[in-house]
Amino acid sequence: MTTFLQILVNGLMLGGLFAIVSIGLTLIFGIVKVVNFAHGEFLMAGMFITWLITTRLGLHPYAAVIIVVPALFVMGALTQRLLIQPLMSARDDHVQIFATVGLSTALINLALLIFGADIANTPAHGLRAPISLGPVRVLTGQLYIFGAAIALVVALHLMMKHSQIGRAIRAVAQNRSAAELMGINVNRIYILSFGIGAACVGLAAVLIAPLYPTSSNIGTYFVLTAFVVVVLGGLGSIPGAFFGALLIGMLDALSGFYIGSDLREAVVFGVFLVILILKPSGLFGNRRALSHLS
Amino acid sequence: MLKLENIHAGYGPTTILQNVSLEVKEGEIVTIVGANGAGKTTTLRTIAGLIKPKQGSISFCGEDITRLRGDQVVDRGITLIPEGRQLFGDMTVRENLLIGAFRAAARANHERRLDEVLSIFPRVRERLDQAAASLSGGEQQMVAIARGMMAQPKILMFDEPSLGLAPIVVSQVFDIVRQIAGTGTTVLIVEQNVYTTLKVADRGYVLENGQIVLEGQSEALLNDDHIRQAYLGI
Repeated sequence: MTTFLQILVNGLMLGGLFAIVSIGLTLIFGIVKVVNFAHGEFLMAGMFITWLITTRLGLHPYAAVIIVVPALFVMGALTQRLLIQPLMSARDDHVQIFATVGLSTALINLALLIFGADIANTPAHGLRAPISLGPVRVLTGQLYIFGAAIALVVALHLMMKHSQIGRAIRAVAQNRSAAELMGINVNRIYILSFGIGAACVGLAAVLIAPLYPTSSNIGTYFVLTAFVVVVLGGLGSIPGAFFGALLIGMLDALSGFYIGSDLREAVVFGVFLVILILKPSGLFGNRRALSHLS
Repeated sequence: MLKLENIHAGYGPTTILQNVSLEVKEGEIVTIVGANGAGKTTTLRTIAGLIKPKQGSISFCGEDITRLRGDQVVDRGITLIPEGRQLFGDMTVRENLLIGAFRAAARANHERRLDEVLSIFPRVRERLDQAAASLSGGEQQMVAIARGMMAQPKILMFDEPSLGLAPIVVSQVFDIVRQIAGTGTTVLIVEQNVYTTLKVADRGYVLENGQIVLEGQSEALLNDDHIRQAYLGI
């Protein structure tokens, strides 16, 4: 019983990790309607900055949040302004996809140039120490990630529902030309939204860096699961990404223990396929949100 | 107040409007009538900054607004209530109205404005917390008008407000247009419903194939032979 509980909690913690990586990706897709294939490299950039700040300045890794989150916001905003916005009139979504794939490749190679191919270990400052929660044990850092993922979902929800800028963002996401008629500067909302989405993955980077070794290809490692999570939850849905991530985390942990760790991915993708066959728009998605993709 | 001079405009390589000039004075109700495809919607979208004219100029309160973006035009005090309502369907009616007050000049006192606007639309008040998409067509048109009013524009432009509505709702819509004009807001209205619109408006322009073919006081237009034959079927 304790084993089962422990595995369940492991799955939850893994889910929290997937969630915090995925939220920014689904946010950008939901508003700007661009699939950001450089999302994983944004994560990688954030982790390297966290590593630099922690090792060079000897600070606690979480202190890096003050630099990393604004830095990633700027990186996202610039990506939208300088890369995506000039392509938005292209009318063909594939052009934007190629642009973000290109950005991804460029960032990976830039990281190789600056940091080399070695692995960068961010000092853990106790975040890899286990703590007991009743009968089960989790890593301190994992618990913080889980809490941060919930806090982020709640914060974004409150912002979208109750602030005028949040309403403006939702208006642009739903009907771009009607939003313009309300006096909303649509391009500015896109820049802001891309920035917020990147800032979210910046927060993820700070929290993940002390637990996982940073390297130029770490983004690819996380982002494949993030894409599964985002599609499973319903493209553009923040609660969808959160619960989709928890489901994937649990499936991963349970099948890894009870079926065999080499079959984990078969189970995860198997369930993913079944859900998509039953509900093609994802768990929390609505058909209309996808209509522009057809 | 609003002046279009020799406007040529269209989509891509096609030119729809040819040499359109018109003027709206403060406090007036002006209408542009014409058949489907005559360029009425294109005229409003050009004023609203959604289409950039190929030639000509648009000025508003003495300022040249020809090259402004849509959101900048709204900031100057020109609001368009688009054809087909274009509500934010997944958002509540209240949220739709609050978004209407996004314009900087309207944001500060939006609570008071919401009360004023809702006093004109008692039915909308009952639906405030429902999703906009769940409303009937007539109710949605009322929300679209109320949302436009939330911006506190100097001039409010209506694009086919009676389209697809039951006759009784159509007459309510025109009553509201009259009421809005009564509060001092200038109105520019585009319609296929020629007779009713000319009854409400002070002046009118007749648009055919992208060109203004006739203009004048509403009564004069209602008695014009060409209008009577082509649009009123008399």
